[in-house]
Formats: sequence, C-alpha cells, structure tokens
Amino acid sequence: MEFKSKDFTDAKRVLKIRGLTVGLTGRPNADPVLRGIDLDIRAGETHCLVGESGSGKSVTSLTAMGLLPKDALEIQGGSIDLEGIEITQAKPAQMRALRARRIAMIFQEPMTALNPVLRVGEQIEEVLNMHSDLSRAEARARTIDMMEQVHLPDVERIYAAFPHQLSGGQRQRIMIAMALILDPDLLIADEPTTALDVTTQLQILKLISEMQERHGTAVLFITHDMGVVAEIADTVSVMQKGRIVESAPIRQLLTAPKEDYTRKLLQAVPNLDPRAPRAPAEARDVITVDGLEMTYGGGGFFRASQGVRAARDVNFTIQPGRTLGIVGESGSGKSTVARAIMRLIDPTAGKVTVAGTEIAKLSRRQLQPHRKHFQIVFQDPYRSLNPRWTVARSLCEGPINFGTSRADAMEHAAELMELVELPRDALDRYPHQFSGGQRQRIAIARAVAMKPDLLVADEAVSALDVSVQAQVLHLLDDVQEKFGIAMLFITHDLRVAAQICDEVLVMQKGVVVEHGPAGEVLAAPRHDYTRNLIEAAPGRLWDFANFRALDRTAPATGATL
Amino acid sequence: MFFYILKRILATIPVMVIVAIFVFLLLRLTPGDPAAILAGDAATPAQLERIRDSLGLNDPLLVQFGTWMGQLLRGDLGTSLLSNTSVAGMIGDRLGPTLNIALMTIVISVALAVPMGVIAAWRHRSWVDFLVMSFSVLGFSVPVFVIGYILIQIFAIDLKWVPVQGYKSPTDGIGPFFSRAILPSLTLATIYIALIARMTRASMLEVLGEDYIRTARAKGVRENVVLFRHALRNAAVPILTIIGTGFALLISGVVVTESVFNIPGIGRLTVDAILARDYPVIQAMILLTAGIYVTVNLLIDISYSFFDPRIRY
Repeated sequence: MEFKSKDFTDAKRVLKIRGLTVGLTGRPNADPVLRGIDLDIRAGETHCLVGESGSGKSVTSLTAMGLLPKDALEIQGGSIDLEGIEITQAKPAQMRALRARRIAMIFQEPMTALNPVLRVGEQIEEVLNMHSDLSRAEARARTIDMMEQVHLPDVERIYAAFPHQLSGGQRQRIMIAMALILDPDLLIADEPTTALDVTTQLQILKLISEMQERHGTAVLFITHDMGVVAEIADTVSVMQKGRIVESAPIRQLLTAPKEDYTRKLLQAVPNLDPRAPRAPAEARDVITVDGLEMTYGGGGFFRASQGVRAARDVNFTIQPGRTLGIVGESGSGKSTVARAIMRLIDPTAGKVTVAGTEIAKLSRRQLQPHRKHFQIVFQDPYRSLNPRWTVARSLCEGPINFGTSRADAMEHAAELMELVELPRDALDRYPHQFSGGQRQRIAIARAVAMKPDLLVADEAVSALDVSVQAQVLHLLDDVQEKFGIAMLFITHDLRVAAQICDEVLVMQKGVVVEHGPAGEVLAAPRHDYTRNLIEAAPGRLWDFANFRALDRTAPATGATL
Repeated sequence: MFFYILKRILATIPVMVIVAIFVFLLLRLTPGDPAAILAGDAATPAQLERIRDSLGLNDPLLVQFGTWMGQLLRGDLGTSLLSNTSVAGMIGDRLGPTLNIALMTIVISVALAVPMGVIAAWRHRSWVDFLVMSFSVLGFSVPVFVIGYILIQIFAIDLKWVPVQGYKSPTDGIGPFFSRAILPSLTLATIYIALIARMTRASMLEVLGEDYIRTARAKGVRENVVLFRHALRNAAVPILTIIGTGFALLISGVVVTESVFNIPGIGRLTVDAILARDYPVIQAMILLTAGIYVTVNLLIDISYSFFDPRIRY
C-alpha cells in the first residue's frame, strides 16, 4: 500500500516539546503521568501519536492546549514551544488568545463535545466573536462559508440546528469548522473518528487532509487505530506508560519497528483475512431466527406516527461451536437483533427458537426458566458489572436463581476464574479494582456461569485496546471450543469479524444485505454496501502483524513472525 | 409544542377534580354531623337546621357534589362561618400580600443563590465553595422564626432602617412596600437560597465536567462565558425544578413569617381558620394551594423545553 513519504525537515517547526513531565497535582513524588516527552511537528505534517489507553496520549494534547485539569494534573518539568511562545509559562489570558487562533483541537465524541443547548452555527460563530472584531453579519457570513468548506449540506438549515438533530459525521464536520475557522497553525485531533462509522471515518479523514493541504496546518493526530495511522501519518510516535518509546516516519515504523513494544502493538492488530470456517460441534441448530421484525415507536395520541423499522425479515441459524457475526454501521439494526433475541426488547414479529423453545412471544414469567440458555456480554465492561457487588456475587447470582446451592455456585465461580485466567482471590474484589480487559473477562465468566447454549456478544471487544482485544477474542474462542457454545457476535469492526466469525451477516438500515461464510463475504463481497464497508476500512491492504503488505493470493494465517 | 402545552393543560383538569372531590368529602365524611362540626359546640337545633339547609345536607351525596362543584365553577367558595362574609372575597383580600412577599422572596433567592452556586462549583473545594456550603447548611438548620427575630432585632430595632412589622401594598408606593417587605422576604429567602445554591452547585459541577465545556475552553472562550452561556443553561433543569417547587411551598409555608411580621396574608388567614374550624375557608385554602402547585408545575414543565431544545414532546 501507499504511504505518505514527504520530507518535512525543511518545513517550519510549529510545535517543539522537550522533556515534558506531567504528574499528579501536589504530589511531586508520585509516579508521573508523562515522563519526559520530546515531540516535533512541522507545518503541513501529520504526526500520529499512538498507544494504548492510559499511555498519556490525551494528557500530552491537553497539556499543549493548556487544558490540564488543574486540581488533578500539573506540569512538573520540560517545555512546550509553540512557534516561540512558551506554553508551560503562559498566563490564562495569553493561553485563551492562542487557542483557536494558533492551536485548535477536535475531540473524539462529537455528540458530547458540542453544547447540546446552543445552535451549532452559533457555536462556530462564537470563536469569531471571541477572537475578532467582525460584525454580526460578517461573522455569520464567515461561519456559513466555513460550513460550506467542510462540505456540510444545506448550510442555512444546519446553521440553526442543534447538535442532536445532526448525524455523527455532520457533528464532527461542525467541530472541524469550529477548530479551523481562524486558520490555526496546529490542529490537535484526539481520536476524532473513533466514535464514527467506517464510511463516515473515511470522509472525515479525507476532510482533515483536504483542510490541512489548503491551509498548511500541522496536525497532531491521536489514535489507537493502526489502520488510520497507516492511511494518514507522515510520522508516528508510539507512547507507552507516559513515554515515547519510538518515533519514526510511517513506512519505517510499519516495516521495520525497532522497539519490542511497537512490534507487540503491531502484532496485535487483526488483519482483514477471514478465518477458516469451523465445522459445527453438533449437527443441530442452537438458535433459529425466522422472519424477525422490530419496529420502534408508532401510534401516538394526537398524531399517528409510522415508527422506525429497525429490523426487517432477519433469518439465520447457528450451530454449536460456531460463530455468526452481524456487522453493520450504527443504526443498521444489529444491536436491535441481539436485544430481540435476548428478549431485552419484545420483537414485533417473527420467531426465535433457542434450544428447542420458541421464545419470541413468551411472557416474562414463561420466559424465566429459559433465560439460562442464552446469555449476553455487553460492550462496556465498566458499566455492565454492578460496582457495589463482589465478583463472586455477580458470578453466583444467576446459578443461585436457577436452583444451584450457594456452595456449588461458589465452587463453579472459582473454576470460572481459572478459565478466564484471573486469580482465585479476584472473587472477593470489586469491579473497579480490575482493568477493562479483566472486567470483560469477568463479564464473560458471568455469562458462561449459566452454562448457556447461546452466547451473544454485543460489541464485546470494541471498548478494549488491540492487545487486550486479541486476548479476549482468544478467550471467547477457548470458551466456545470447551463448551460447544453457539455464538452471535455483533460488531462494527470488520477486522474483528474476520478473526472470530465462521459466518457473517451484513445489515444496512434494518435489512440483511448479505449473508454467507465469512471467507466469501469478506473476501469477495457481492453487495455494494459490503464492498463499501470493506473499502472504507483503513489500512486494509497492510498486514500489520507481519510488517508487510497483505498478500491477496496467499492469505496470512495470523500473527507469526 | 402547541400540542404539548395543550396536553399538559388538559392533564391538570383530572388533578384538580380529584382535589375537589377530596375537599368535598373532607367535610361530608368526617364522623358526626357536618352541620354540628360547622356550627360548633354551642349551636342551637335551629342553627343546625339552618346550616344543614344552606349546605344542602339533606340531598343525596351526588346532588350535593353537583351543587358544590357548580358553585366552585362560578367562583363561589362559600361563606365563612366566622365572619359570615364570602370566602372568595376574604382570600382575594389576603392573596395580594402573600403573593407579593412570595415573589420578592423568589427573586431575592434566585438572584443570590444562582451566582453563589455557580461560583462555588467553578471554584470547587476552594474557600468560596466552603463559604457557600457553610451558609447553605446554616440556612437549612436555623428555623425561620429565629432568622426573622434576629433580622428584626438588627435592622428594625437597633439600626432602625425599616419598620418592625406590618404591610403596605405596592400601590401605596414602592418605598413603604419595600421597607416592610424586605425583612420577611429575606427571612423566607434564607432556606431557598440554601436550597437553590446547593442545587445550582451540584448541577453545575456535573455540567462543568462535560466534554462541551472542554470544547468551549479549547475555543478560547472567556471563563464567565463558559460558566453562564455554556454551563448554566445545561444545568438549568434541576435548578428550575427546585425553584418551582420552592415557590409553591413558599405560598403554603408563609404562615410563620406572616405571624412574625404581622402581615395580613393567606398564611394567617389559614391559621385563623384552622383554629376556629372555619371549614369553608379551610376547603378553599386547600383548593387554592393545590391550584398553585399544579399551575407552577405546569409552567416549570413548559419552561424546560425553552432551556433545553432536546426536550420536545
């Protein structure tokens, strides 16, 4: 694949960070969060800062913006030079004047980053009101012009819209317009596409590079997604535990990484080559879904409404030991299907047969004895475990509800801890004492404790770092093999789907557009939408784990050196 | 929006009807003869018969209710047993002072408490925050009459800035009204300042942690604009709720203050009516209080969507 290869050594240096150390406020002896960061960014350059959560990427960017939360973090040493201005010494008023004019920032989640009660046009215009003497009419004209530059449709209408009335991509365009309206020298983009769908991500990445080219802006791009890095970076810095462990031009980093940590990070990136399908453990269907429909809303007292058809005519079966993936973008209906099967919502029509029982129309009471046959693991392990319960209590609650004695449940819980590779004494601890990956292991153990026939994983690895993601996927595989569980895996990430699914079902706007073996759907998609999804996946032509381009003729078998 | 308001207004009707039924039954279902209760211990049989007649107590219950509701809808709240004058008239005379004091109290409370809460949240864990929170605890714990007497001692007796007691209508001149209304309003306001400042602080603390506040700062927006334009409006809904319930509580809770400051408002009217078992007045007061609660809640609910565009029904 093509990498950017422009040389920036002669370009003007925009940001120069030397020996930057940031630590906990008032605790100079505690472990610092940043330990001597050195970083250079030149005009027109895109410098990617990659690393896992907690590595200090965001703290670095917030320090450069002068936006550290004062009562938690403070600069303990080093310098940040923004074109001759020393940011670590700048007074609040000085810093305010620099923001938006010289240095601007866009954030990960455009829904929460925009003020929900102000019109988006006013929010862009506010930058002009704060930093220039333009009249109202001039400011408005400038705003409208900027909104057109970021390719927003129907700008007059969107100017007066509130954030919740726009799509995720539109909201991020608003953020970009807001950041770039005063033509700053440095744009810091903190995971700006992580919350977006792949096709939207592609558009936003294109927009950022278009704006960068037009204005010669330097971009500090923070991300954990190596695919994105491969597409956009000129140079890359890899961060780990508050240090920059390696810094190199993109091609050099991806083909010949020097540091062990960089190699480990790259090897954890799953590639888009689908796994070989496995034979079912038994020749029967654990779950049969037939003509499943889900319509939200509808009716209404004063005005009748149509409702939203979130899922239409969904059909599939899964056999023991096999995994079906449902992939699609947000709003495609994939989570709706998962919820309807779990009976967390009541499907409007269709049949769902799990372990021989039709459950779609059962009442709550009738359903109760069947619940143990199907279990779910959710996306966010920080919120899916009760924070006030010990792990043991979370693990034992289900089995005890179904008549297991407390002693047996505890014994089984201890075995499960072993299965998910956590120490036995973890049982007496509380969820906040574990990392995200460990919590997701606990969530999996909780689901498996019920000895289910079907496990539904709703974006179960999406909130995890790639290295942790690989481990959790591995665990799911193990569990599945051991107990012959059928798995329904909901994901937006095609790489993950390729790693874990035997069969894939692609959904778009509530409709199944393609359904078949993972190898066929992902390698030779027949539907345009599937093809678009795959083509939008950043870095899809690069085999990160093997430091080379993907060889299309002989699919790689995985991460081997 | 129009449908929403209409729907909310219609929804208040059943609430008021239920209150009316309750008030109606209050008298009829009390053990013993309502007429005897109304007339008191020293009534002669002739007086009892007259009362029974005037209340229509000899008719079936439903007919009585129909008659009573008919009177209500015409604004006829009955006749006071004590003064023998129209209850509607009595309340009309007394409502003005109470409403004026209540309004002034709310204005003072909001004007002081909201900035206090905002600044306390902004300077979280600083001495300003500590001061506001301390005042807040004090405002909650000191009884209203104590504050009233302390204020009278300082401002009326020692400094002689304002009269000790009494009331003048604003129509008699703003100066005399203000000098007499300020102490009772301040007295009443302490607890609401405490309440609203606390709620503002809590709500602001939550909002100040939001991503869009960081965005605003990243744009180089001045702190006062961050606080009042970006944060306060997002923090408004819980604050409005507290102000609304506070106002409604205020109307029904002015009894003590009106006694301390000798104001001829509905608080004192209620106390007198209860002491004298003046049932028609008590009934009317319950209806009035319920009506005020329902109206204030309606206004608050409608105002939410003004502050938060995501609230659309």
